[in-house]
Amino acid sequence: MSEIIKVGMADLKVCKAPDALTTLGLGSCVGIAIRDAAKGIGGLAHIMLPDSTAIKDNTNIPKFADTGIDELVRQLVAMGAGRTRLEAKIAGGAQMFAFSGKSTSANVGERNAEAVKKKLGELRIPILAEDTGKNFGRTVVYYPANGNFLIRAVGRDEYVI
Amino acid sequence: MATLDLNHVSQEYFDVLKEIGNIGAGNATTALAQLLGQKVDMKVPQVRLLDFQEVGAIMGGEEQIMAGIYLLVEGDIDGSIMFLLQEEAAHILVNQLMGVGSGGKTEGGFDEMELSALKEIGNIITGAYLNSLSMLTNMKIYPSIPDLSIDMAGAILSVPAIEFGELGDKMLLIQTQFTDDKEIDGFFILVPDLESYDKIMGSLGIG
Repeated sequence: MSEIIKVGMADLKVCKAPDALTTLGLGSCVGIAIRDAAKGIGGLAHIMLPDSTAIKDNTNIPKFADTGIDELVRQLVAMGAGRTRLEAKIAGGAQMFAFSGKSTSANVGERNAEAVKKKLGELRIPILAEDTGKNFGRTVVYYPANGNFLIRAVGRDEYVI
Repeated sequence: MATLDLNHVSQEYFDVLKEIGNIGAGNATTALAQLLGQKVDMKVPQVRLLDFQEVGAIMGGEEQIMAGIYLLVEGDIDGSIMFLLQEEAAHILVNQLMGVGSGGKTEGGFDEMELSALKEIGNIITGAYLNSLSMLTNMKIYPSIPDLSIDMAGAILSVPAIEFGELGDKMLLIQTQFTDDKEIDGFFILVPDLESYDKIMGSLGIG
């Protein structure tokens, strides 16, 4: 029996196919799905903030794009994934309200998505697909078996990227 | 000056935050009763400091559809305030405000008129809450025009969660139960920035 493992906010998990990973109600946060297709090993991170170095209390590793992705890759490799075979898909980073606050919350969705892309670029992990921005929440399910990244939103048909 | 660390909040801080929550929710209930032109009762609000992971569950799960009204706050303190209702509760309040009572729908989307009524409800409730905070602390607090989002609880909550995320790994939630015919759960989330927390505590002679 395959299992769908839940990833919370500021959290990350890895699994082996046929198990899958899900995170519910991504808003301005970003979900980063990474897998090694050959091994069927995949992981999902749900990050909240772009940059751990900008925050004093940054011990919660999965909360930040930079440290979260590093940790996700570390756990994937520890589980047996090939570092050079990793591929990514990303979703989230919405702007839930029309205006945005100063400093922190100003376009934080967009800044999260940019920080994720920059980090994946630095690690040379290709982004095969993305569904970021806009103004709605997303629930995602990631299947390391085939790389499908299923996206559900309120009032929309579900789709796969 | 003490700097707030939400991961290790002292009992004293927590009691003050709780009292602000109590008074604010009380005033919000009065404002709601005036708006609806009927008696509204309120249970003692519950004030909790929750891990991000727990907040969605309290509201009926991360995928529960909620109406979230969000305002920025300026003046002597900076930050934001959010008021959340489950979709059904939002419909019930809108129906009452629009005079259709129990004949109105209780699920599904909101039309333009209903959205605007919902914004007004949010505006008045958050305004009453901020007024009591202002009177209690003797600080000037100016709210922005509210914006509304109807979406999954997790997605709406990501906005204040990210703001709290800069302070720690928990967020402060005030849950108020309004009752008339039906029980309606409302949730307040107040996010003053770090400096403003200190100012609030300072104005109350704490910290």
